Amino acid sequence: MSTIPITPDAADEPWVLPDRGTVGMACLIMAESAIFVIFVVAYIFYMGQSLSGPTPRQVLELPIFTTICLLSSSFTLHWAVAALRKSKMGAFTAWLATTVALGAIFIIGTGMEWYHLIYVDGLTIRTNLFGTTFYSLVGLHATHVIVGLLMLLAALIFALTGHVTEKHAHRMDVLSLYWHFVDAVWVVVFTVVYVLGR
Amino acid sequence: MADSVTSLTSVEAIDVTPVQKPRQLFLEVLYDWITTVDHKKIGLMYIAYSLVFLIVGGIEAIIMRIQLAVPHGTFVSPQVFNRMFTLHGTTMVFFVGMPILFGFGNYLVPLMIGARDMAFPRLNAFSFWISALGGILLYYSFIGGVGLYGAGSAPDVGWFAYAPLTAKVFSPGHSTDYWTLSILLSGIGSIGTALNIVTTIICMRCPGMKLNRMPLLSWLYLVTSSMVFIAISPLTAAQIMLLLDRYIGSHFFDTQAGGSAVLWMHFFWIFGHPEVYILVLPAFAFANEIIPVFSRKAVFGYPAMVAASVGIGFISMSVWAHHMFAVGMGAGANVFFVFSTMIISVPTGIKIFNWLATIWGGKIRFASPMLFSVGFLFQFLIAGLTGIMLSVAPFDWQLTGSYFVVAHFHYVLVGAILFMIFAAFYYWYPKVTGRMMSERLGKWHFWLMVIGFHMTFDFMHIPGLLGMPRRIYTYEPGRGWEIWNLIVSIGAIVQAVATLIFVYNLIHSYYKGEVAGNDPWDAWTLEWSTASPPPVYNFATTPVVHSRRPLWDIKHPEDPDWNYE
Repeated sequence: MSTIPITPDAADEPWVLPDRGTVGMACLIMAESAIFVIFVVAYIFYMGQSLSGPTPRQVLELPIFTTICLLSSSFTLHWAVAALRKSKMGAFTAWLATTVALGAIFIIGTGMEWYHLIYVDGLTIRTNLFGTTFYSLVGLHATHVIVGLLMLLAALIFALTGHVTEKHAHRMDVLSLYWHFVDAVWVVVFTVVYVLGR
Repeated sequence: MADSVTSLTSVEAIDVTPVQKPRQLFLEVLYDWITTVDHKKIGLMYIAYSLVFLIVGGIEAIIMRIQLAVPHGTFVSPQVFNRMFTLHGTTMVFFVGMPILFGFGNYLVPLMIGARDMAFPRLNAFSFWISALGGILLYYSFIGGVGLYGAGSAPDVGWFAYAPLTAKVFSPGHSTDYWTLSILLSGIGSIGTALNIVTTIICMRCPGMKLNRMPLLSWLYLVTSSMVFIAISPLTAAQIMLLLDRYIGSHFFDTQAGGSAVLWMHFFWIFGHPEVYILVLPAFAFANEIIPVFSRKAVFGYPAMVAASVGIGFISMSVWAHHMFAVGMGAGANVFFVFSTMIISVPTGIKIFNWLATIWGGKIRFASPMLFSVGFLFQFLIAGLTGIMLSVAPFDWQLTGSYFVVAHFHYVLVGAILFMIFAAFYYWYPKVTGRMMSERLGKWHFWLMVIGFHMTFDFMHIPGLLGMPRRIYTYEPGRGWEIWNLIVSIGAIVQAVATLIFVYNLIHSYYKGEVAGNDPWDAWTLEWSTASPPPVYNFATTPVVHSRRPLWDIKHPEDPDWNYE
């Protein structure tokens, strides 16, 4: 048994592979997107098919303010990670807290909207096809926002107790990928439910 | 570089006898297996778990075949028959097919790309246990619900659970909820494992293992796992909708409130058809590793094989509605799905011809793995041909829901996929246990399996053409179905006997098999360079590869593989 002949190209070839966290998150986002697509398709399929009221036009109002809050939270999170990469811990904590606050405003807004729909307009998931598809699609998105918020909140607590340093910037990158995805999904949900659906 | 030399020249280790470990307490062993995050142990647990379900699903098939062997059968009641075909389908797809292929993927992919473990070992363990919980939940339905308190309420809505059969009115009790939850859980497990395999292949390759040097098995697992995201996720979404319908009264599939039963069919088959390719691509993957080694030739047309696999992955996403030709989708949709279904036979044909070209002029060794691979090639060809027949909408209108369709898809699932799974067992068993499986029992297994398979599924086409519908629990005499059903039932029992021989071989060879050594087949991929069974971290030192067949380079330094790439 002789030793392996060495080819010239392989000897000192740099060997860099993509990062696990990013690829794993990209895969998760692909799977989640497919789930959302199915719920969006169901929403579009049943648009205007309800046998009884209320209809979207009667009860839905455009959630402009909360949408602005959620979409701007993507920017604040981006700035937070950028600050972390430069080891500016104060700025990182402040931007992260802003992100959490903006996300919380969005969830509170959704809660108030649902309260109004259920107790004032009498629209529940059982009422008609609009109720069924509305609560399931918006609820699926809200669930994802809540999960993201919990993770950001955990990061914020670690930041406040001084457990986050520059070398964790990469993990925050992976988390922010998820948050950007949740925001992007909201753009689709908003368009389908509040613009096309009305 | 020196490191890699030490690791890769250790192909011919001196002492190859499997090491006898000191006897451990049973509880210690159990604790080791339950808490393990080692990809090899998790892979083996997947395989063991699916073998148990293979036996269970097989028993269900035999019960159905005994019932249908003669007209006016009274072996089981109609409702038990419904439960049998529902559980048989669900078990075989979700708790045999998927886990066994993920089991092999878990075991082989890191070894073949020279990695020490999967990218996310703990996620890997989580995925296994959540899938296993799904399987247990499905069978728990026998004692849960109105079960022990009313003995046996297993799901009876068919494996694709068409709406509105699953509505509360038609399916009272909790049997359908067990079905839904078990598939939901195993789906989450599958997505987790797929995510892990993709990340492992992209991020954990050893130095020099470029994408175009990866073993074809890794390529096919990359494609299959990517398909899981786009195919299993819709199923998960549909199961969530069904649960909402059943538990809190939403109306997705409730036709009384304007919901649509056809929407369920779309959602189910958006999963259901790619699933066929998710199951068959790993079978192709095994063929890609086994056929070249037993023909003593490098696989023919590596780039074409990769392109064909990726092509199958893409096209398979646009063929689902050929399951719904008879629903009334309209001519436009039918034409689209007729053509997309026919087009998928092009990349599949490329693969078949490349395997034939690999065998052509090779020095063929008909050991058990190669025997099963040849059986696979032949049977997969026939399965493809009946597939093309069924892709023609008018023909499908006549035969959809008949035994012809049952025969066609069992040709794919048993004749192609199960045969390649058996081949993979014979091929990699020495790597996993350090001992060879008995060739004599392997030949018995193969020939009985081939005879039983063809008796069952060749002849099953005929009552289908004569108009015998699927899912009937019995039938009247005098329609010309009796003799064919009797032959089919006998064939099923022959297959069962063959499978029992295989299980006996697995256990017997573990204790009495011939000692294998590191590289019993004189193969070329990285997993054969490490010890059998591989140590916990796979490789003593990280290997470095320079070509598609790293072990060939070591064995034939005068004629290395990279001269031909």
